[in-house]
Amino acid sequence: MLEGLMIGLATALSIKNLAMVIGGCLIGTFIGMLPGLGPMSIIAIMIPIAITIGDPSAALILLAGVYYGAIFGGSTSSILINAPGVASTVATSFDGYPLARQGKAGKALTVAAISSFCGGTIGAILLMIFAPMLASVALLFHSAEYFALMVVGLSAIAAFAGTGQVGKAMMMTLLGLIMATVGEGALFNLPRFTGGVMDLQSGFGFITLAMAMFALPEAIFLVLDPARSKSADGGEQSEIKDMRITGAEARQIAPVIGRQSIQGFLIGVLPGAGATIASFLGYAVERNIAPKAEQEQFGKGSIKGLAAPEAANNAACTGSFVPLLTLGIPGSGTTAILLGALIALNVSPGPRLMVDNPQVFWSVIVSMYIGNLILLILNLPLIPYIAKILAVPRTFLIPFILFFTLMGAYIGQNNATELLILVGLGVCATILRFADYPLAPLLIGFILGRMLEDNFARSMQLYDGIGFITARPMTMGLLLVAVFLVFLPGYRARRARLRAAGVADGD
Amino acid sequence: MALDRWIALIFLLMCLVYGYTAFFTMDATLPPFMKRNPIWPSTFPKVLAVLGIIASLFVLLGFEKRSGTDKAPDIDYRRLWDYNIGQAVLLLALMALYAVALRPAGFIASTSLFLILGPLILGERRMLVVAVVALIAAVAVWYLVEGVLGIYLRPLPYFMGT
Repeated sequence: MLEGLMIGLATALSIKNLAMVIGGCLIGTFIGMLPGLGPMSIIAIMIPIAITIGDPSAALILLAGVYYGAIFGGSTSSILINAPGVASTVATSFDGYPLARQGKAGKALTVAAISSFCGGTIGAILLMIFAPMLASVALLFHSAEYFALMVVGLSAIAAFAGTGQVGKAMMMTLLGLIMATVGEGALFNLPRFTGGVMDLQSGFGFITLAMAMFALPEAIFLVLDPARSKSADGGEQSEIKDMRITGAEARQIAPVIGRQSIQGFLIGVLPGAGATIASFLGYAVERNIAPKAEQEQFGKGSIKGLAAPEAANNAACTGSFVPLLTLGIPGSGTTAILLGALIALNVSPGPRLMVDNPQVFWSVIVSMYIGNLILLILNLPLIPYIAKILAVPRTFLIPFILFFTLMGAYIGQNNATELLILVGLGVCATILRFADYPLAPLLIGFILGRMLEDNFARSMQLYDGIGFITARPMTMGLLLVAVFLVFLPGYRARRARLRAAGVADGD
Repeated sequence: MALDRWIALIFLLMCLVYGYTAFFTMDATLPPFMKRNPIWPSTFPKVLAVLGIIASLFVLLGFEKRSGTDKAPDIDYRRLWDYNIGQAVLLLALMALYAVALRPAGFIASTSLFLILGPLILGERRMLVVAVVALIAAVAVWYLVEGVLGIYLRPLPYFMGT
């Protein structure tokens, strides 16, 4: 491990990569602060740039920096104007905004920054310990197990990512998988399902899809409902002054941060869960175990209530890198986009990553430490100035967001038809969001689709048929877990209804 | 019928077409040597089509109860006309126009136009500011993409050289 760390340090501390971390964190903070733009949209917009860099370590470092920055920026806008840019910082606004209203915006930002820093750093340490262990187990996996593992990942995402509506999430996952079969696969040199359209010969562009699923609907929602971007009025923004916290306060939040960092990390590792669930759960847990007097404070400006979701969501972000780096299976929309970027850069994440591209793996981990440090020492003092961006009028903001999504899709494919596909898919995605369909499963399905089919095909060829499922106990077991995951939420909902009706007993 | 079930219906129809292609038309074009393979290009799509039909029927027939704690949706599509739907449609049209114009009109002209018309659609009326911002942004982005990232974008209209 020490050897790996050295490789990582050597790679991450080069001038170029340091610039990537700093740049990424700043850009992420900057854009993440804009209300309504989440890390997923930002990373989608940044991908074409990362891909043109060409060096996988640098690209991943840049994107990871953007990711942290965006989460940090999202917390800032939650605290200052009660406008969480991302679902995972909604819990931050519960206590952060009341603090800001009391004139303690500076203190709230400091608490948030320190909690994020600790959450991220503890997460990175845990990642460093767990990822190699998991990867060495994963090296024993066969294509059959990979196939089964991806099925498990996809069903876990469908089961937990939606708003409790497994059917809808399943539909979206399958839609993503179906879209992945369009075009000419690597396996068979036959174009499939192109409907004779030449531009679909190479399939849907991954960047186009990512933009259309996340950035574009967000922008359209901002247009539809001006209340979503509160930047226009700007009157509610509180003055930022006195960013210090006292020793007593530090002692108060230290145990919270410790607990939530670990809990957040573990939640982040699970596919489908991620930062949002981690932050809400962290908030709820801390409120429940707090002494009675402090419990009253939650929601009215408790610094514990602010520290908990912040530590948890940053640790969870780091945790979500574990399945990505060790198994090559993304557990969240954001890591799915990162996976797409890595594939575009000719790096296949998975257990072989640590053997084949150790510098990528370790430099990402080292850059996580550096990124967290930069957020703390560079961004925190800059926050009062960066916060000015919240005053950018939406009449300028929205056209620029739209323009950058267009640019991203165009740079990626260099094809004007791709832009029309982008607009079309964006409209479809918006309609899906109207109907409350989760879109992350679609993108994850799309990205995993090719790999899923490749592994399926390889297993079929090895065992000359479907026999691999019964011949390999591990595959069988994993597939059973997948089935169980899909039916679990439905079973629990039924159970809850029955119990509410007084029918079920004994649990 | 609520919008989510309409979508499920559309998805069901899509899966039926997709499944029909996978089950009945695709294999005909398969070269004979590939037929000895245990897996065909249509194998995986067949599985997907069947699963897709099951999932869409599940949603369509309303087996899924809405969760009790129904959070307020982001945007209520039933009151779509109360929102700035006109602006949204115009902006989407503008994006499509940009897509069509990008190649023939060149990057700088089409981008400036996009960044001028965009704010105007959203109700910005400070013409001079809009024009200056749009021009600076167009030239700056062009320089970044062409100069720094090294991706070729034709800056000028087609009749003014490459």
